[in-house]
Amino acid sequence: MIIGEWKPISEIIAKLLGYKKLLVVGCATCMAECAAGGEKEVETLAPLLKMAMQKNGQPIDIITKTLERQCEEEFIEELTPMAPKVEVIISIACGIGVQAVAERFPEIEVYPGVNTTSLAVREEPGLWAARCEACGDCILSETFGLCPIARCAKGLLNGPCGGTRKDGKCEVNEEVDCVWDLIVERARARGRLKDLLKIRKAKEWSNSRHGGPKRMLREDLRV
Amino acid sequence: MKAKIGTNLEKVLQAGHFAVTVEVGPPRGGNPEVIKKKAGILRGIADAYNVTDNQTAVVRMSSLAGAKILYDEGLEPVMQMTVRDRNRLALQSDLLGAWALGIRNCLCLSGDHQKAGAGGKLKGHPGAKNVYDLDSVQLISVLKGLRDEGFQLSGDSVEQPVPFFIGAAWTPLSPPEDFRVLRLAKKIEAGADFIQTQAVFDVQRFKQAVEKAHEMGLTEKTAILAGIIVPRSAGMLKYMNNNVPGVEVPKELIHRLREAKDVQDEAFKVSVELIESVRSIPGIKGVHLQAIEAEEILPSIVEKAKLLPRPKI
Ligand code: SF4
Ligand code: SF4
Repeated sequence: MIIGEWKPISEIIAKLLGYKKLLVVGCATCMAECAAGGEKEVETLAPLLKMAMQKNGQPIDIITKTLERQCEEEFIEELTPMAPKVEVIISIACGIGVQAVAERFPEIEVYPGVNTTSLAVREEPGLWAARCEACGDCILSETFGLCPIARCAKGLLNGPCGGTRKDGKCEVNEEVDCVWDLIVERARARGRLKDLLKIRKAKEWSNSRHGGPKRMLREDLRV
Repeated sequence: MKAKIGTNLEKVLQAGHFAVTVEVGPPRGGNPEVIKKKAGILRGIADAYNVTDNQTAVVRMSSLAGAKILYDEGLEPVMQMTVRDRNRLALQSDLLGAWALGIRNCLCLSGDHQKAGAGGKLKGHPGAKNVYDLDSVQLISVLKGLRDEGFQLSGDSVEQPVPFFIGAAWTPLSPPEDFRVLRLAKKIEAGADFIQTQAVFDVQRFKQAVEKAHEMGLTEKTAILAGIIVPRSAGMLKYMNNNVPGVEVPKELIHRLREAKDVQDEAFKVSVELIESVRSIPGIKGVHLQAIEAEEILPSIVEKAKLLPRPKI
């Protein structure tokens, strides 16, 4: 799923100064799963913003809505009756949801309330960790199902670097496993350590953002 | 190993001498005199001099410029190059530029992550975007391509070969420990002519790792120079043991410096002993000495270790 985390309330408030009517929109998909932008978070954030604005001497009216999926047009349509009643929208969907809403209502200010951070899994209750960077040329078949692009701090293809800590954690973060240590362990467990002796060549990045904004066209699905 | 490039370091190794390289850290500013002064202190004690590339992810004068200043001073540089800050275009263009300026030894490194710069008193640039377009193994391949095939990574010709004497690093004691020698083999396969290792304090463990490399025939294919960091205090050793990956410092050594009446004198002795003990390990072809921001003590250490005068070839 896509994960994200709330922006600091002070940063959101700074964007709201001068406005009197606000819509806070959430998304019941990824951002709900990662507890940043679902209905629960919308209904928590709205009163916090109201209180903070009140305290600033700038009272604001807030309405709320959580869409099933904020990245799809048919769900965004549910905002049509509400949009004319507000001057500003805070979206706590991922960056895709924020842009989709802004595109549908170009006359209204739409601000993000969330920092979108990664494509991740929930490892434990309350703990999410990156798994994919959408690199456009998946190499998981060569790295025993562990992604060095998203999970190695240096994105090494011929790791591990010399920085692996004594306990197998990454030099950059003592909480995060060195993914190359994990790759070596998994290769060893499968009796295929020698697969890692092959020198992996420089990666082709052109099917990712590095090749320009990504667009995917499927002729068979077009009407 | 046949002489390919003709650098002094290559020739010294080829003639079978025990090689000495020394690290020269460039300044955080732009004053060339800092490097010239270090050159004056270190002249004649080593076969080549490494110039670090924004080590510990702190912005310093570029290794290319530092290497050129040493070159102009008559010292043979080893330009260190990390893949942290430059993509494949910038790396290759800097390699061509370095070669044009007379630089012929290059050490290929991953480099410390940009977050590493934000330690101690310095702010560093932890918010920098990291590049890592290539990794260190791939950078070695690039140098080999420029030299042996006359091709850039893309396959485009460089008109005439751009030969470098190619170096790489080895951290034998980081986990996964038994894979480290295999990764060394990858670097050699990619084209590493010489290796400078992570600092050695635990000679026994280091020796075991080198033995494995020796058994695999790797010490014949590349020249391994053991890294020696001149210790300054027990505290520094303890810090490195706990915080610098791949550095293992035996407790007795920390104790020895802590109990020493004259720490500087003891550290001097420790350094000389370390050099002597790695020298006796079969397959070790030299030492790479680092005295971080205290280069002035190196000449007497090299002298005491009976490594002077350096061979003239
Ligand atoms: S290799 Fe690329 S596509 Fe595959 S998981 Fe990693 S980042 Fe995602
Ligand atoms: S320690 Fe491991 S995960 Fe971290 S940068 Fe090095 S190879 Fe990558």
